[in-house]
Amino acid sequence: MLPRVFTVAARHEETADTFTLELLAEDAADLAFAPGQFNMLYAFGRGESAISISGDAAEPQRLVHTIRAVGTVTRALAELAPGAQLGVRGPYGTAWPLAAARGRDVVFVAGGIGLAPLRPAILEVLAARRDYGRVVLLYGARTPGDVLYAAEIARWRARGDIEIHVTVDAAGSDWRGNVGVVTQLVRRAGFDAAHALAMLCGPEIMMRYTVVELGRAGMSPNDVHVSLERNMKCAIAFCGHCQYGPEFICRDGPVFPYDRVARWFDAREL
Amino acid sequence: MEIHDLENYLAHHPFFAGLAPEYLALLTGCAGNVTFAAGETVFSQGGTAEHFYLLRDGRVALEFPHPAGNGVVIDTLDAGDVLGASWLVAPYRWPYDARALAPTRALALDAVCLRGKCDADPALGFDLSRRFAAVIVERLHAAELRLTDMYANPASDVSDAAVAAGAGGAA
Repeated sequence: MLPRVFTVAARHEETADTFTLELLAEDAADLAFAPGQFNMLYAFGRGESAISISGDAAEPQRLVHTIRAVGTVTRALAELAPGAQLGVRGPYGTAWPLAAARGRDVVFVAGGIGLAPLRPAILEVLAARRDYGRVVLLYGARTPGDVLYAAEIARWRARGDIEIHVTVDAAGSDWRGNVGVVTQLVRRAGFDAAHALAMLCGPEIMMRYTVVELGRAGMSPNDVHVSLERNMKCAIAFCGHCQYGPEFICRDGPVFPYDRVARWFDAREL
Repeated sequence: MEIHDLENYLAHHPFFAGLAPEYLALLTGCAGNVTFAAGETVFSQGGTAEHFYLLRDGRVALEFPHPAGNGVVIDTLDAGDVLGASWLVAPYRWPYDARALAPTRALALDAVCLRGKCDADPALGFDLSRRFAAVIVERLHAAELRLTDMYANPASDVSDAAVAAGAGGAA
């Protein structure tokens, strides 16, 4: 439960309210993690916040978090400049099912900041590209200026071995990409729905309707995995803040097979 | 594209899936090929809706024009999509601009021709109306989903503890 001390090695602005911190441990020990897991980041004197790891699992010596400045703690994290220190507990939670995806088509569907928790999984798939079938990334953002990792997406697209569709909810007339909801991209993507595995991260309403579209395309809910988010405090399933039906998202999630949590998606005030 | 190629294309387009063969022949008589260069206007807001289009390739932006020149793109359509439903409902005016974002090929179906055939055969009119209703409902639902502004920053002056999904936490 004791946080380790990390130092901000670099900071990048991603969008108007989202930034990325690259962190190095004061004790120089690696922080090994599996794609999909999260850490509790502690802004000293302000509090902790659960933040998914968005870096490369193959580089455990450099911890990377992409964070949206939303509340007290994340705004405090946003104020950290290179050289500043913060506390880190983790990693916690379940991982994306990358082993189960081997040999199959892989469909990543992200909405907004939801691309950040998927990034480690995408990096791992691209690093072992031959182990997977067709790989598709469908990404929705609010506006062109809200697209995360725009330069990296361009590099991924240039590889030619991953099909990428980006859409935004609204755009000016200078935008040449898609405008519309991310769910509409499912039918444009080339994958074998009967033998594909999908990983979804974004607002729950987006994930719910994406599952519907994937089902229309022929994919079973058993082959869909979602990353959920709730208020977390202890991160070790003691406090109950993140309870979701019978599940504790910090311990049993954040990545769940969709069929395990499907009935809770429609439950109100949960 | 020859007439029989047009009919074959219509027969295999998802929008016309299951349409009776005699109706396919009727529709083919109203269809023709069109192309648009990147940046070219397909139709303009307020103009008469003289066609609807089945996009074969390329991309078209639906755009509300702005007097200052920089309009707002509200949707984009790609290969396989249906463009334009205003031909069905009086006063048959386009509610927005449509502009090709890339070189675009489409099948244009003549509205006056179609409406005449629908009036002459209400069963065809009902069939076409039902197919367009499905497209309209799907786009309405997509627009409703966007109205939720689901990617918006959910809070600006609250603590992280009060922030739920989509806030930049663990998911």
